[in-house]
Amino acid sequence: MKKLVATTALALCATAGTAMAQDIGACLITKTDTNPFFVKMREGAEAKAAELGVTLNSYAGKIDGDHETQVAAIETCIANGAKGILLTASDTSSIVPAVQQARDAGLVVIALDTPLEPIDAADMTFATDNFLAGELIGQWAAATLGDEAANAKIAMLDLAVSQPSVGVLRDQGFLQGFGIDLGDPNKWGDEEDPRIVGNDVTQGNEEGGRRAMENLLATDPEINVVYTINEPAAAGAYEALKAIGRENDVLIVSVDGGCPGVQNVKDGVIGATSQQYPLLMASKGIEAIVAWANDGTKPENTPGKDFFDTGVALVTDKPADGVESIDTAEGNELCWG
Amino acid sequence: MSQSDNYEASASSAPSEVASFDGHGKSLVDRFQHLLHTTPALVPLIVLVISIIVFGITLGSRFFSPFALTLILQQVQIVGIVAAAQSLVILTAGIDLSVGAIAVISSVIMGQFTFRYGLPVSVSIFCGLTVGTAIGALNGWLVARVKLPPFIVTLGMWQIVLAANFLYSANETIRSQDIAEQAPLLQLMGAKFSIGGAVFTFGVVFMLVLVLILAYVLRHTAWGRHVYAVGDDPEAAELSGVNVKGVLISVYALAGLICAFAGWALIGRIGSVSPTSGQLLNIESITAVVIGGISLFGGRGSILGTFFGALIVGVFTLGLRLAGADAQWTYLLIGTLIIAAVAVDQWIRKVAA
Repeated sequence: MKKLVATTALALCATAGTAMAQDIGACLITKTDTNPFFVKMREGAEAKAAELGVTLNSYAGKIDGDHETQVAAIETCIANGAKGILLTASDTSSIVPAVQQARDAGLVVIALDTPLEPIDAADMTFATDNFLAGELIGQWAAATLGDEAANAKIAMLDLAVSQPSVGVLRDQGFLQGFGIDLGDPNKWGDEEDPRIVGNDVTQGNEEGGRRAMENLLATDPEINVVYTINEPAAAGAYEALKAIGRENDVLIVSVDGGCPGVQNVKDGVIGATSQQYPLLMASKGIEAIVAWANDGTKPENTPGKDFFDTGVALVTDKPADGVESIDTAEGNELCWG
Repeated sequence: MSQSDNYEASASSAPSEVASFDGHGKSLVDRFQHLLHTTPALVPLIVLVISIIVFGITLGSRFFSPFALTLILQQVQIVGIVAAAQSLVILTAGIDLSVGAIAVISSVIMGQFTFRYGLPVSVSIFCGLTVGTAIGALNGWLVARVKLPPFIVTLGMWQIVLAANFLYSANETIRSQDIAEQAPLLQLMGAKFSIGGAVFTFGVVFMLVLVLILAYVLRHTAWGRHVYAVGDDPEAAELSGVNVKGVLISVYALAGLICAFAGWALIGRIGSVSPTSGQLLNIESITAVVIGGISLFGGRGSILGTFFGALIVGVFTLGLRLAGADAQWTYLLIGTLIIAAVAVDQWIRKVAA
């Protein structure tokens, strides 16, 4: 009987709590709803929304780059009277007018993962510091090579010829971490260090990774360090190296920290990867919307940066001196599907 | 309204040489045009040879080595196989935008059936090939029986299949290492052997054999001639007793099967089963077909041309990368090639006019 009363009381509290927060509506708009990174992001947002009693509507583009659907989703959110939007923009500058419209209507707009252009077009950006993510793997590669770093032959496997900001930041971060002079830090490919064999693009998948690696190996078969934009590209590069029997004497480094990627670090396919935390980005985002709805406060930048840094960790089983890292067991616990 | 009416007059006054085949003062250009018209694969072959020579001279042994040249074959194998399927469809005056999606879902089925349901690998591969064929046959049925335009049917099918692919696989990659350990047969097409410095994979061999078989079938079997006839003029073909609907359905189904094989080759090429691969295969295959000189209006061109078209793209891609050019130049030149190919096609057509 006691138990029943307790449960009823609990249920009542929960209902009251929910009823109170029912007024808060939030939207999550991702590039696609199929990429595991965004799937994880949605899980994070849904869990936090359920916990805080926020009504969450999720939208996604049909494919990466589907700008129109995202604009329509923003309009839907405004019409729905939502308090805030979490957005991973496909087209970081074209989306700005739609975002402005939402902000004018009194919504807080938080960019997740991908900064808008300009970055202050959104109220706040919750993202990985992609430059730092690159810098960590660059430092790790240089430290692992030791004195040989001076004679390294580096292949740069980038995302796309359009040089999207996420790809540029990781690439340039890696070079800086490795100790290579950057040309214009806003673009890759203009460095003059002879240690760089070349850049090629992968579209961030296995097929592109393999082709790009083959192309660069044909330019210089002595390549011994491979930077890759993400872990699928790294897996493709590994296949190309395996085809010529060089899979064991080349260092591959990457960024993302998805579960298959961490597994590849464990198996020695990838030397080290920088892990990002999409779940955290989304849950922090929901909290920020609730805070905005309750008392109109907006989240603050991480000191010294123009966005809120959700953190990054280097995952490797071969720690290098002077570079902080976690091992694959820990990386596996934190990885996203 | 002149020639036929004045036939008597012109016939009596005309010199007798008019009737003879070569006597009309044909210039070298005319003869060349005629040769190109009768041998549709010749234009891409010439372009291919010239581009190999140019890159060979400028890049030397880095490019002109058995290793680099066979690397091009490896890089174009997937596009080459899919473009063979695309050729069949385009010969019937159709187009198939769903080829890449069919290839990818077939590879995903081969992988997921093995790893998710624990089926024997050979059964999974068979299921993948069957699904590919079935999707192709459905395309064909909608085109032939329901009389929907191929562009619309395959535009829809592309999205349906791709969405099904992502939903079914949850966009999860099956890792290369797991496949090598538990289901090496899936990577069969990636197995390689070398002759001298030249490296071939089973996938490359499959592409070469497929192209040769299709070239023979299209030229020397009744079914092959029917494909051309349906593409050229379906009503005339119908009247001459060709089972137009049957031919169309069989062409789309065969294209689906070939795409499924491309999906299998894709696993061999990239090691893993990745639902995000092959997104541009439809455009890349159409590019190869167009550069290869097959008319988008159907009924003209040869599968060998498509093969050369795929190789031209491969030669340009690797050559320009070796030369250190920005990847944008590759797209720019391939775009130019596409337009040039259609222009040449129109010029050749004048000979038939």
